[in-house]
Amino acid sequence: MVRKLPPIAEIAVGAMTLIIVGGITLASRLPRPAPMPVLIALLAAAAVLVLVDVMLLARLRDFAWPLFFKVAKWTLLAYAVMYGMLEFTFVYDHVGGSTLAVLTLMLVVIAIDVPLLFGFSVARYAGERQAAS
Amino acid sequence: MADVLVGAPSRPKIQIVPVRGLPVVAVVLAGLVATIAANKLWALEFYHVAGGGMWTALDLFLGFVIGPILAKMPVQARAEFSARFMPKMLLIMPTLVTMTLASGWQLARLVGNLEVGYPKHWWLTASFIVVGVMAVIAIGVLEPANIAVLFEMRKPAPNGEVIARLMRRFIYTAGITGAMQIATLIIMTRLASW
Repeated sequence: MVRKLPPIAEIAVGAMTLIIVGGITLASRLPRPAPMPVLIALLAAAAVLVLVDVMLLARLRDFAWPLFFKVAKWTLLAYAVMYGMLEFTFVYDHVGGSTLAVLTLMLVVIAIDVPLLFGFSVARYAGERQAAS
Repeated sequence: MADVLVGAPSRPKIQIVPVRGLPVVAVVLAGLVATIAANKLWALEFYHVAGGGMWTALDLFLGFVIGPILAKMPVQARAEFSARFMPKMLLIMPTLVTMTLASGWQLARLVGNLEVGYPKHWWLTASFIVVGVMAVIAIGVLEPANIAVLFEMRKPAPNGEVIARLMRRFIYTAGITGAMQIATLIIMTRLASW
């Protein structure tokens, strides 16, 4: 039997989707100015979803927290390299001002979202086994 | 306890990330940074075409060759395959994706593809959408399942039911990304012939 848990993974994928839609919206408009209200709305919605996920996670009992943090920590390190490459490209291409600020915040949101998703995806099964034993 | 994979004698010791491959990744990424900084057409073309070609070929091969084979294999065999295969993919795929996308963006800027107006620009937008869909599938569905399988396999008595469920995700999503790569081929060959 699989332990029933809140839809943390689904919410994390939802947040990621909003950020990616934001990225596509921005990229499809370049070199024209970015549609800032749309980007800010997508960023805010993604941030709210990640916040909801963090709250849902914090309420979990009998969860394999050491494994969660172990996976999340290494995922953050790996993805920090990728996000670093993206940020480098933006700065190199002289993206600046509010566009760079929104892009950086999008990377920050996804930098929390992806490790959370990976950590939860692994730890949920460890927790299930621990709870069953 | 039919759903527990009891220790097969040949079960390998599973390393989640193959540490020996990290220097290769570091060299590839350092080359990518140098390529973007130099902004030279040949170097950008090399990173984009080599990375993209390998990424597309791998996705097609996984989606339409390995995936259907895996679907017909018993859970124990799938798990054994995954234990040896997934750690390598954990390094290969993010590296290929990073080198393809970063160099592709820079290449599009250099050759002026981003300046092209709509409706022709829709080809570029379509490529962003295809990459976006693949990113959601790969990072949101496929990769967490792969890592969870590896951690499950490291347990003294892995749960076969959990592995089977997670591996099903791999088989289906590999098929979807394979199909998306066909769209990528159409779009990219179209862009290259502008």
